[in-house]
Amino acid sequence: MATVNDVVIKIATVNGTGSASANGLLRKSIFRMGVPVVGKNYFPSNIQGLPTWYEIRVTGDGYQARSNRVDVMVAMNAQTYAKDLADVAPGGWLIYDSTWPRSSLLNRDDITIIGIPFSRMCNEQFDGARARILMKNIAYVGSVAALLDIDLDIITALLEETFAEKQKLVASNMKAIRLGYDYVMENFPCPLPMRVEKMDASKGHIVIDGNTAAGLGCMYAGATVGAWYPITPSTSLMDAFRDFCLLYRHDPETDKRTYCIIQAEDELAAIGMVLGANWMGARSFTSTSGPGISLMSEFIGFAYYAEIPAVIFNVQRTGPSTGMPTRTQQCDIVSCAYASHGDTMHVLLFPADPAECFTMAVNAFDLAERLQTPVMVLSDLDIGMNDWMVPELEWDEDYVPDRGKVLRAEDLEKMENFYRYLDVDGDGIPYRTLPGVHPKGAYFTRGSGHTKLGAYTENSDDYQEVVDRLLVKWETTRIMVPEAEIRYSTFNKAAILTLGSGDGACKEALDRLEAQNVGLNYCRVRAFPFTDAVRDFISKHDVIYVVEQNRDAQLRTLLINDIDADQNKLVSLLHYNGMPINAGFVVEAVLAEIAKGRAA
Amino acid sequence: MTYIAKPKISHPGLPKNKLGLTLRDYEGTVSTLCAGCGHDSVTAALIQAVFELDVEPHMLAKMSGIGCSSKTPAYFVNQSHGFNSVHGRMPSVTTGANAANRDLMYIGVSGDGDSLSIGVGQFVHAIRRNLNMCYVIENNGVYGLTKGQFSASADIGSLPKKGMPNQQEPIDPVSTALSLGATYIARSFSGDKEQLVPLLKGAILHRGFSLVDVISPCVTFNDHEGSTKSYSHTRQHYNHVVNVDYIHPSEEIKASYAAGEAMPIHLHGGDSIILRKVDGGYDPTSRATAFKYLRERFNAGEITTGLLYVNELRDEMHELMGNTETPLCQVPFEALNPGKEELARLQARYR
Repeated sequence: MATVNDVVIKIATVNGTGSASANGLLRKSIFRMGVPVVGKNYFPSNIQGLPTWYEIRVTGDGYQARSNRVDVMVAMNAQTYAKDLADVAPGGWLIYDSTWPRSSLLNRDDITIIGIPFSRMCNEQFDGARARILMKNIAYVGSVAALLDIDLDIITALLEETFAEKQKLVASNMKAIRLGYDYVMENFPCPLPMRVEKMDASKGHIVIDGNTAAGLGCMYAGATVGAWYPITPSTSLMDAFRDFCLLYRHDPETDKRTYCIIQAEDELAAIGMVLGANWMGARSFTSTSGPGISLMSEFIGFAYYAEIPAVIFNVQRTGPSTGMPTRTQQCDIVSCAYASHGDTMHVLLFPADPAECFTMAVNAFDLAERLQTPVMVLSDLDIGMNDWMVPELEWDEDYVPDRGKVLRAEDLEKMENFYRYLDVDGDGIPYRTLPGVHPKGAYFTRGSGHTKLGAYTENSDDYQEVVDRLLVKWETTRIMVPEAEIRYSTFNKAAILTLGSGDGACKEALDRLEAQNVGLNYCRVRAFPFTDAVRDFISKHDVIYVVEQNRDAQLRTLLINDIDADQNKLVSLLHYNGMPINAGFVVEAVLAEIAKGRAA
Repeated sequence: MTYIAKPKISHPGLPKNKLGLTLRDYEGTVSTLCAGCGHDSVTAALIQAVFELDVEPHMLAKMSGIGCSSKTPAYFVNQSHGFNSVHGRMPSVTTGANAANRDLMYIGVSGDGDSLSIGVGQFVHAIRRNLNMCYVIENNGVYGLTKGQFSASADIGSLPKKGMPNQQEPIDPVSTALSLGATYIARSFSGDKEQLVPLLKGAILHRGFSLVDVISPCVTFNDHEGSTKSYSHTRQHYNHVVNVDYIHPSEEIKASYAAGEAMPIHLHGGDSIILRKVDGGYDPTSRATAFKYLRERFNAGEITTGLLYVNELRDEMHELMGNTETPLCQVPFEALNPGKEELARLQARYR
């Protein structure tokens, strides 16, 4: 039986050999055939010479998560051949470079093994070690194209776009594509029963990673100062911002920049710079990962108490400590929510995919300035560094940045006196002034105890008045943050609740469970503090399966702590091995709970 | 930290500067430091300097970290914004503030603990960037608020009030700054206002990173016999090499000076300073000779003061980056956002 547009291709290579562009070419050519794709990188924390994998899930149904299955393995790395062979699903295919023999011990009779002499063919056709290695990668794209029936014209068009300025490279790449393609066509029955067919499901969509989308969001939000310290997996966020700044933030006449990106000496300095710039009235942000948050924590508490806006992207990776820097987790939820000593609480946004990285980047600046407090966008490695198909990003021309309660010179001129921390409007948000605007606006920003007038204090009542007012602001925050995504039907007494990159796997699991007559409602929280809708959602169910990617059920902890959710209802389904969560895990975990007697 | 406002009583006859402000207009709240603290003299010198430079108070930003020294921005220029940050992190906040608004004047006040121990990383990196700011270290060799522990600037053999003498090499902010390429480096003494005020004025006007290391004795924990940061030790061992006179752009450079011993330095913005060498052999424009001289005098037990190095040629942070002249916080949103159509167009690469 033929399977169309439901296939997982996994490519095993050695990092630093240029396979990324070949894999991108393969992924893009399927996308251009109108077929939804998901691209995942599984890479080492290393520069060159270690195993790396790229997984392309072709999903006519448009699912977002990884699949836990491999149908076609392109095993180009002898080092991992045994493991790669073992990973292929029964009935699947494995492609290997038959230039060198493989041990017959490493064999499986429940899959089809396809030997293609990539090295021999490329050594005969290309000169130079580097070209031979690169072209071997392009050649396997040709072989997979033949096996899965991928349109060669689309591949040609993509190569012509990529190498528009270097026609010679188009010819050599096409030659490599044909080597792989023709060899397979001549020696094996093509296409496979599992193949790709043109459809119209990727129209109006793009394939983008979350870090690029977040960097673009910062550009569109009008950010001018980016301060950061390099750390995997967040580095490409500031790199993307820089690339967009090179395109859009240079005066065409003078070539002067309207942005300032500072590579700081460490994360302590990076966040200090962000606070200084926001204090001065610029939109400023940093991008980091868990270890960076640990280092920034002192300043994050300062910003909470002194009420300075800041936008922090935390592209989470596997902890604790250095952990696995190139693997994903949602393990900084609690450390971000309560970062820093003393009583502190911070606004968190949870994007589910790159499209939300873009929109939430803009949200984050608006909220940070409106609320005068740090806002952290909790992405993760899966969102940040993998390729997601999302609807094309759109911009509302009527958007006006929310700069919050900032007094202008003419406002100050009319005032008798300005006091920094008065709750004039009853929403817990005071008015602020920017330096350099008016002498009447001057005040002393401090992390030490202060009164509502902004003066230093060691007086109990004056101190407490300010920290209590911050709680009023917290309740204002609750009604300003993005609303949860909720799917609700009164028929269901149980539900799945998740956040961020758990979205794709959970939605796919809901479909699969539905097919097994297990109906569940769904809630994806999009921000902390939690909205009233989340509170109501929990109260309406008997069982809530809380799906998250960490060991300690951090989202569940926050639900109990922030909105007093009934902990007896909250059943944790935890996935934390560093790989992106998949629907199969959720389905099995829910069914196992039901088998134990939980309500469906 | 203080919260007592100074009573506003001023004599009608007080001299006014070009903005019509008196010295009293540049004061802050009442200091709560110990009576006789060197830091209060530095505060007074800063007030004098900005008054004489006709600084518009709201165009000044006062930055600090944590410690006795870092409290002092509350004690001068009430009509300026102040930022009392966290321990050792004043340079990063100032870097961000300056990145956002290059039009303001930045005075950072720090101490030897704040700059040479917990904040040494930020101190050296602000110098590397040639951040346009005046960085004052009120250097007393001890931690005052935690009651008298040695800091990283304590000299070998210096005696604490209780316990064993210091045996670790001191970190000298001046030679550190010199080796890192700071573009205006001065050292002075809180007890010598005549020398300190013009050094501060030059530092404030200098475009780029200026360091003023001020020996500022701690009367409570480090002013005893055997301390190398006491008033009496500093007075006895102080070797003054270069005097500075500040010349306003409206004034002609006509101060008389003996050839070879004095030279005018033109600052960006039209101001000038006149260097007047006390030691004719000292060259404050050469890093190599400055370094050699400082080491030799240090080994002889002397504290060299004055304007020790100046370089008006090197670009500051914004110039090195090629940033627009308009402060980034004032660039209108329309100029920063590429718009709807461009967003649609640029996404072609993701298809």
